[in-house]
Amino acid sequence: MKAPLAALALAALLTVTACGGGEAPAAQGPQPLRMSIWTSNEAHLKLFKEIAAEYRKSHPQVGEITFDPIPFENYTTTLTTQIAGGNAPDLAWILENSAPDFVGSGALVPLKSKVENAAELVPAATRLWERDGELYAYPFSTSPFGVFVNTDLVKAAGQKAPRELIKAGQWDWEHANEINKAVAAKGKNGLTILNFDYKAWDNLATVWQGWGAKAWSDDGGTCQFNAPEMVEAMTFMHKAIFTDKSMPGPGTAVDFFSGDTAMAVAQISRAAMLKDATFKWDLVPLPAGPKGEYAVIGQAGIGVLKKSPRAAQAADFLAYFTNSANSAKLAAYFPPARTSLLTADTMAKTSPLLNGDQLQKVVIDGIEKGVVKPSHKGQAELAQTARAALDPLWKPDADVKAVLDGVCAKIQPLLGG
Amino acid sequence: MTDLGNRVADRAAARPRHFWTIPRRDALVGYLLISPQLAGSALFVLLPLGLVVYFSLQEWNVLAGTFEFVGGENYAKLLADPNMGQVLTSTALFSVGLVVLNLALALILAILLDQRLRGTTFFRTLFFSPVLVSLVAWTIVWQFLLQQDGGINGLLGAAGVDGPNWLRGETTALLSVVVVQVVKNVGLNMVLFLAALQGVPRQLYEAAQLDGAGAWTRFLRITVPLISPTILLTSIITVVGSLQVFAQIAVLTQGGPGMSTTVLVYYLYQQAFQFRHLGYGATLSVLLFLIVAALTLLQWRLRRRWVFHES
Repeated sequence: MKAPLAALALAALLTVTACGGGEAPAAQGPQPLRMSIWTSNEAHLKLFKEIAAEYRKSHPQVGEITFDPIPFENYTTTLTTQIAGGNAPDLAWILENSAPDFVGSGALVPLKSKVENAAELVPAATRLWERDGELYAYPFSTSPFGVFVNTDLVKAAGQKAPRELIKAGQWDWEHANEINKAVAAKGKNGLTILNFDYKAWDNLATVWQGWGAKAWSDDGGTCQFNAPEMVEAMTFMHKAIFTDKSMPGPGTAVDFFSGDTAMAVAQISRAAMLKDATFKWDLVPLPAGPKGEYAVIGQAGIGVLKKSPRAAQAADFLAYFTNSANSAKLAAYFPPARTSLLTADTMAKTSPLLNGDQLQKVVIDGIEKGVVKPSHKGQAELAQTARAALDPLWKPDADVKAVLDGVCAKIQPLLGG
Repeated sequence: MTDLGNRVADRAAARPRHFWTIPRRDALVGYLLISPQLAGSALFVLLPLGLVVYFSLQEWNVLAGTFEFVGGENYAKLLADPNMGQVLTSTALFSVGLVVLNLALALILAILLDQRLRGTTFFRTLFFSPVLVSLVAWTIVWQFLLQQDGGINGLLGAAGVDGPNWLRGETTALLSVVVVQVVKNVGLNMVLFLAALQGVPRQLYEAAQLDGAGAWTRFLRITVPLISPTILLTSIITVVGSLQVFAQIAVLTQGGPGMSTTVLVYYLYQQAFQFRHLGYGATLSVLLFLIVAALTLLQWRLRRRWVFHES
C-alpha cells in the first residue's frame, strides 16, 4: 500500500499548489502600490521613484511603490487585460484616446476632493477627464506636439533652419516640405510623425489640423474624413510621401533619435531621449497650415482604479505625486496643467533640455491654443476600423477622395450616427 | 499474458477474498499516478474550454466591471458581422497556402535529404534549425528583411529586380506571412517525412524497378502509399497549427493592410482584448474550436479512404 499512498499524497500536493497559487496574503504591514505607465525612460523613472521615496518617508503604512512600464503600442490593451485578469494596478496612466472609455465606464475613483488646489487646473486640460462635474483622472501630462529638428542634417542639405523661417514668418508646411525634400534627396529621411507608422492615424491630427480638418464632428456623431479640408490635407501628405519623398514611406524603419532624420513631429516629453544626442537639434512649433498657426496636444491622465483594494491610499499618493511642488519637478518632461506653473521662467528651472523660447512658443502657447488629438467612446475599434480603411491611401496611385469616402462608410456606424 | 493472469487468479483464490484485490490495487495506483496530469488537464484545458462557452453567453464590460447574461446575442452578432466574410476568406487562403506549401516543401526536402550523398547531415540540421529559434525573434528578423528597403529587396535589387513593398500589399502581405511561417516550421514536417521515408523497405523499389517502373511511378505507387500515415499526421498538425497562427501576424502586419491578414485568431484577439468585447471574443473562440474540431474529424474519417496502413 505504500506506493498508492505516496501517489495520493503527491497528487493531493500538486492539486493544492495548483489551486492555491493566487491567494494574496492577509492585509498586514506596509501595503505596496503599483502604477502602470507607458514610459520606460530612465530619467522619467528616476524622478518618479524619488517622489515615491519622499512620500513613503511620511507614510510608513505604504510599502514599495512600483512603476510598471507597459510598451506604448499595446498600452491600453495590456492594461485592460490586466484588469480583466484580476491583476489591475492601483493607479494607471491613461492615454487620451481611451479617456472617454475609462471616464465613462465608472472604472475610476472620483478625485476632485483629493487633488491639491484643483481649481487652478487649466480647464482645457481637465475637460477630457471630467464627467458630471467630477474629475476622474489627474491631467498629468498636457503635452503639445512640436517639431524636433536635426539642424545638422538641414544645414548639410543647404537649407535654412526652421528657426530662421519662423523669424521670416515663413514657417509653414510648404517650406517645411521643401527642406525635407532636400534632405531626402541627400539620402536621409525627411519628416517623420512619431508613433504613426502608417497605423496610428490619430497622430496625423498634428498635420491635418493646419487645414482645419477633423476626424469627426465635435459632438462625435458625424464622420468628417471626407470633408474638403481633410481631402486637401491628406492630398498634401500623399504627395509628400510618394511624389516628393519628403516623408519616409510605409514599411521604412525610421529613428529620429539616431540622427538619420531631419524632422520629427513629437511631444516634448521625447526631449529626454535627446540627452545624449550626437547631433545639434532644435524644437519648434508645428508649421502653419493653410488655415494659419495651430497647435495640437496629446494628453495623459493618471487615475485610481476602483477595483484596487488600496484605492484610498492610491488616491492619497496620487494627490502627493501631483501636488504643486512635485508638478514643478515633473514639468521637466510632462507639461503641468497648473496655471501657477505655466510660465516660461518656472518651467525653465526644471527643463534643462529646453530653452525659454522653446518652452514659451511650443509648450505654453501650445497648451493655450491646442486642440486635443481625436478621441471617442469605443476608440480602439474605431481606430482599427479606420486604420484598415485608410490602408489603401498609402499607395502611390491612391485616389485620396475615394479612400476617405470609404473610411467614412466604415466608421459612421461606429460613431453611432 | 494468460499464464500470468492464471497465476494471479490462483493466488487471489488461495487467499481470503477482500476488497483490495490485486487488479483493483493496480488500477488505483494507475489512476493515482495519472491524477496530477488529469487534474492539470481538467484545470488548464477542460475548465477554460467550458468557461469560454459560458463567457460567450455573457456581455462582459471589463472597465465597468459588469457581467450580464445575454443568451444567444453574441451568436446573432457573429452571423450578422460584416467583417466575418473577409476574416474567413483570409483564414482559408492563409491555411490552404500554408498547408500546401509546407507539406510540398517538407516532402521535397525529405526526399532530397534521403539520398545517400555527402553533406546531407549538414542540410538536415540547416533546415531543422529554424524550428528551434524563438518565434518572435524569428518574425522580427523577417520584418526587417521584408521592409521596403530591407534585405530581400536588396537582394532582388542586386539582381536588377524592383521588389514590392512586401508587407504593405494585400496579396504580398499574406504571402509573406505564409512564407515566414513555412520556413520556420518546414523542418519539423521534413524530419517526420524523413523518418517515414527511411521506413519504406528498399526491396520494394528494387522489385518495381525490375518490373520497369520509372521514378515517378515508384514515388506515386510505393512511396506515397507507404508514408500516407505520416502525410495524415503532418497534415492534421499543419492545418490545426495554421488556424492558430498569431504572433507572426501581430508582429508583421497587425492584420493589415486593410483586413487582408486578419485571420480568425487575430480577429478574436482584436475583438476580445483590443476592443474589449470579451463575450464576442469568446464566441469567436467557440467558432474556431468548432472549425478545428470539424477539420480534424474530417481528416480522421478520410484516412480510411487514402491511408494505406497504420503501423
